[in-house]
Amino acid sequence: MARVVLTGGLLRFTEGTETFELDGATVRQLFRQLAALYPDLEPHLEEGIAVVINGQMYQDAWLEQVPPDSEVFLLPQIAGG
Amino acid sequence: MSSGNGKDLKWVGTRPIRPDGVDKVTGRAKFGADNFNAGMLTGAVLRSPHAHARIKSLDTSKAAALQGVKAIVTGADFPELSSEFIPAGEMMVNYRDMSLNIIARDKVFYDGHAIAAVAATSDAIAKEAVKLIEIEYEILPHVIDAVEAMAPDAPVLHDDLFTEGVDPKPTKASNVAKRVEFKMGDIEDGFAKADVILEREYNTKPVHQGYIELHACTASVSEDGYAELWCSTQGHFVARAHCARLLGMDISKLRVTSSEIGGGFGGKTVVYLEPLALALSQKVCQPVRMVMPRDELFRATGPTSGANIYVKIGATKDGRITAGEAVLKYQAGAYPGSPVQPGCMCAFAPYELENVKVVGYDVVSNRPKVAAYRAPGAPISEYAVESLIDELAKKLEIDPIELRLMNAAKEGTRAAYGPKFGPVGFIETLNAIKDTEHYKSPLGANQGRGIASGFWFNIGGETSASMLLNEDGTIELTVGTPDIGGSRASMAMMVAEEMGVHMKKIRPRIGDTSTIGYTFLTGGSRATFSSGMAVVEASRNMIEELRNRAAKIWEIPVDAVIWEEGQAKPAGGNAGDFEPLSLADLAVKAGKTGGPIAGHAEINAQGAGPSFGTHLVDVEVDPETGYVKVLRYTAAQDAGKAIHPAYVEGQIQGGAVQGIGWALNEEYIYNDKGQLENAGFLDYRIPVASDLPMIDAIIVEVPNPTHPYGVRGVGETPIIPPMAAVANAVDGATKVRFSQLPMSPPVILKGLSEAR
Repeated sequence: MARVVLTGGLLRFTEGTETFELDGATVRQLFRQLAALYPDLEPHLEEGIAVVINGQMYQDAWLEQVPPDSEVFLLPQIAGG
Repeated sequence: MSSGNGKDLKWVGTRPIRPDGVDKVTGRAKFGADNFNAGMLTGAVLRSPHAHARIKSLDTSKAAALQGVKAIVTGADFPELSSEFIPAGEMMVNYRDMSLNIIARDKVFYDGHAIAAVAATSDAIAKEAVKLIEIEYEILPHVIDAVEAMAPDAPVLHDDLFTEGVDPKPTKASNVAKRVEFKMGDIEDGFAKADVILEREYNTKPVHQGYIELHACTASVSEDGYAELWCSTQGHFVARAHCARLLGMDISKLRVTSSEIGGGFGGKTVVYLEPLALALSQKVCQPVRMVMPRDELFRATGPTSGANIYVKIGATKDGRITAGEAVLKYQAGAYPGSPVQPGCMCAFAPYELENVKVVGYDVVSNRPKVAAYRAPGAPISEYAVESLIDELAKKLEIDPIELRLMNAAKEGTRAAYGPKFGPVGFIETLNAIKDTEHYKSPLGANQGRGIASGFWFNIGGETSASMLLNEDGTIELTVGTPDIGGSRASMAMMVAEEMGVHMKKIRPRIGDTSTIGYTFLTGGSRATFSSGMAVVEASRNMIEELRNRAAKIWEIPVDAVIWEEGQAKPAGGNAGDFEPLSLADLAVKAGKTGGPIAGHAEINAQGAGPSFGTHLVDVEVDPETGYVKVLRYTAAQDAGKAIHPAYVEGQIQGGAVQGIGWALNEEYIYNDKGQLENAGFLDYRIPVASDLPMIDAIIVEVPNPTHPYGVRGVGETPIIPPMAAVANAVDGATKVRFSQLPMSPPVILKGLSEAR
């Protein structure tokens, strides 16, 4: 099970719930489970999200592997100047 | 250090002359305004003189009748787009707002807002035509400052803007586009555990990226609808996406070439003239060249936000920070989209805190829509936090470096925005500064010393690289990230390292949008990291093919061939006794062994390592004039691994200089009508070489484990610490805490006077 933590504006779609224990082997599988729980969250997971898996940041990485017992943070996507 | 394949490094970490150096110093390099075509027209733009006004009527007939005028476009020539955020490459873009910013429809929202564009046979005729466009305005009340724009009685810019991030969503329109919040732990409990609590409010002014090269482009649309665009941009693939969407074109019909670029710093990640030039060219099927004059550039292109920041920090008397709180109010300009979100995330990122709460507001006002500026959002919030950290050190009588060391983020620390850090080099930068002779040197009268640190995430992203082996064994290397800071040299060095050949055998170029796969822009400190990963992968891909060709020549299995020191060799005695084959040997036999030899990579680079920096500055304040002289400056930054150390030092030095300008001089000055009064470098004062001492750069190398050579991005972080470092030094020199930027002579004199 991965511990998935939502931050910032995403919490508006989860009635304030921050942390989820989810069973998924990839980022996309975690997204699907979250979208099933909170359908209004789905479009916000599709785009504009950075995913930090065990301290390593990924952007637009649906297929990234999520090892068991990972800590996964969902953050706003980062750009730059 | 050794490379990913275990070899000692011959090129990475050295300082060769850049491949584009001769063209740059001889004037041969072609920048955005240097493209000329037969039959080319010149474009000019009519801009609003008002900060906020409704356009009651617009008549271009007299301008169109002027001899030499070939085309005119207004907002009516552009498709109406819906207000929604759409992915554009790796960005989320509201194309309705982008379109309205590029050319106004029924309202103008800032002094300089484009209203119409003209293409004519000469620059003089185009400018004359602009004057002949008749326009009637209904002037509306305006608001510039973020705090004033948030007031209940402020003029509301957009009647369809309702604050996001507030539950329930407001039913009354306002200038607050969004509220964001990041929190961790229990902020009240954290402050309850504190022996000392400090709080202060800070204000910063908007500052421009200050790139020397103007915005410039040439567009040419043919009769069959296919178009070419040449422009100065940080990302020609992104420019293509924006222009195609704004004009309703198929992406395949638009080919974009990035020129050499004379600075961008985030300000050339967006488009201004490009869609106008394309629309004008569409009308007449002739090339149209447009160059934005400096005054228009200041009035119409994105600076970064001005802001109001409140910070509160609690700590134990022995220096352990127990809680941090901040409220950030950032100007977005005329349309939503300030960098307040990363500002919130970065504010306390350098420190190991259990209890944090940061709230941010994205506020529209009658100024140009902000654009990214190095580490967008972070310099503002970290300026405020680093200033208060300095006050805390003084209050607790703890050395400012020691206080930071006691609280510094390190591997395993949970960042204030949530996740844990991997390997990072913040402590190493603090120790590097602490160990300098500079830090131990004495100060004189009216002199002060300041320390500040900074953090930026860094990013990767979609990136392509292509390598072609020429018939003589030299290599054409093509990448898609425009070269702003010497990245072509770094790319060639990494390929030389991988291929085992001299760097001069590799010619690096920036490919246009039709010659290489999609590549996100040069920004977010990603070019050396992401394109570096791509060229390494492309090199290894080419080596596989070279081994395959050698195996065919020797008629042995490919597994029996190794690539070593730029040559294919038998793997061992059992593989056979063959003379090694060089790149040139294999190139000349390419036709006989299967055809041209190439390598390529199309990746989404992941695992960008964050970068920390710490700056140290000495200043002297003249109590008679309020002039702040920067006496000495040393900056340390974790680069992971410096591919070309001189260019890393250049990034550190450039960021420090821009930050010093932000701290001491730079600001937008508006009159009571909301018109910009200092739209030029004479009145908008960026630091020049004679203003500054040498910026001593110290490169710290804590390798990023996900990059084959350990690279971290370096372009963003160095602009973060200077404002607080200078403010902390001024405080040391004057014993007066200045909490607004810029600390220009009038501000200093006023502060000194009030303190007496």
